[in-house]
Amino acid sequence: MIRVLVPSGVLGLEFSKEALQVGLANNPDIIAIDGGSTDSGPYYLGTANSKYSRAATSGEWKYLLAARETANIPLVIGSSGTCGTDHSVDWMVEITKNLLHTIKKGVRIGTIKSSLSREQVVNALQAGRLKSLKDAPFISEEIINDCTGIVALMGVEQIQEALARNADIIIAGRATDTASIAALPLMSGIPPGIAWHGAKVAECGALCSTNPLSGCIQVDFHEEYFEIEPLDSMAQCTPRTVSAHMLYENSDPFVLHEPGGYLDVKNATYEAVSDRKVRVSGGKWVSFPQYRVKIEGVRIAGYQTTSLTMIRNDHYVQNIHTWIESLKQFLANSLDEKFGGDAETCHLDFRIIGSEATLGALENRSSLPVEVGILVLITAETQELANEIAKHINPYLLHFPLSDNEELPTFSFPYSPAETERGPLYEFCLNHALELDDPLEIFKIEVFEANA
Amino acid sequence: MLKLRDKVLKIRSKNAGPFTVTVDVFCRNQTNLKRVLGLLDGDTLAHLYNVEKHRFEIFEVPDLNVIKISFPRTHIQGSRLDRDMHGAQFAELLNEMELPGNFQQCR
Repeated sequence: MIRVLVPSGVLGLEFSKEALQVGLANNPDIIAIDGGSTDSGPYYLGTANSKYSRAATSGEWKYLLAARETANIPLVIGSSGTCGTDHSVDWMVEITKNLLHTIKKGVRIGTIKSSLSREQVVNALQAGRLKSLKDAPFISEEIINDCTGIVALMGVEQIQEALARNADIIIAGRATDTASIAALPLMSGIPPGIAWHGAKVAECGALCSTNPLSGCIQVDFHEEYFEIEPLDSMAQCTPRTVSAHMLYENSDPFVLHEPGGYLDVKNATYEAVSDRKVRVSGGKWVSFPQYRVKIEGVRIAGYQTTSLTMIRNDHYVQNIHTWIESLKQFLANSLDEKFGGDAETCHLDFRIIGSEATLGALENRSSLPVEVGILVLITAETQELANEIAKHINPYLLHFPLSDNEELPTFSFPYSPAETERGPLYEFCLNHALELDDPLEIFKIEVFEANA
Repeated sequence: MLKLRDKVLKIRSKNAGPFTVTVDVFCRNQTNLKRVLGLLDGDTLAHLYNVEKHRFEIFEVPDLNVIKISFPRTHIQGSRLDRDMHGAQFAELLNEMELPGNFQQCR
């Protein structure tokens, strides 16, 4: 039996320290946690930035390092620093070394880096080794060469290699959410249908229980089944909470694609062992003849400046759509006159907060709000141009009248300046799988003494 | 007028990666699930989400009484024209979908 302690769904989102202690007392074989996701958007991969603060990341990691020392077991984090670039791995190593300095104990750190160069991806495209996944956008050498960040999602083989090299703390780049949890059970001979299924259910920590915020859960991987239970005394895992997790952020409720194959849980059974522990069996793993990993890439699609105006005047609120259309028309002419050809490469997107800002053309309800916000997104080929255009439209967002024969209205700017420079606009541009001859081929693995 | 949210337990939506949105409709029981499933045909969904009808994938999860609907995003998550980074507000269109007067008799 292999016991995996999962402290939470992601490092930085808090977990119960009491539950972690309960988990430690149960003698787990490994602690595994995820550090990232694309869910917060393309900015993080585009800039190699972490979504969670350094303080939150370091503050929680400190507890996990201490827990690892106490239990003397490996600790693995996948998708370090949200996006899992090489830079994010270095950031996490630096945080770790700072903490080890205060804990003062020599350990072996294993790093697995998964960033890809543009050249590597262009070569793979030319060699026919890039395969489009579902709903993949069109790609070309030009698009790949525009990317500011590309990562491959590792599976279990890369983490297993670091474990085999006796790493105590494994800091991995981009990985599938399940890989850090499934690695040790698979290495220990647990059948893949059991290992991957258990890892999938546990990937978000206590989200598969009745108390998601408690974070910590424990999975016991056996030959025929896995058992899962929350470590917080008030939380429960039930067959329903556990099986429902296959629905989460997954387009197919029965199938989960991973490097090397896929998990099929159509015939899985979920059985309550107690009022808080569930036993699961029947997950099936199907191997692909060709090993492949998913890659993610982000490019810069322009530079943005935003502007926000608030309108409370009832007459303008009632006529807001007419006002916007008339303003758009006016600005198109005025920008053309002032900026010439540059204006044609620039986009002005209006979001009417209070009306259709969230759903856009899909919105099918209309009722009169008390006030509206006009959020204007200005996207241009350079930041300077976006800023210039934002400044140019500023007086009209403040004063544009509904009709010619009225005193100029003045609306509300919530702050000064009304424009906010947002920097580059990043865009996901890859949804492809990269074929590999050897799972370790593109991943850079190092194991070293932390204090050396 | 009755809306879908009045007749089911919960409807939620979320990204399933940057290119796909997935909606989960938690029904009350099997009968409820079948009735709701009868309403969610390709044309209705295509109209609500402005996505071609053959691009919707609809799954029945009988053990959970859940209907799962997945479809490609018209605008990739975080791209210039996207308005909902996490895709979680797409569910509201189904929550507010108006039901036919004879919904209780639907099979």
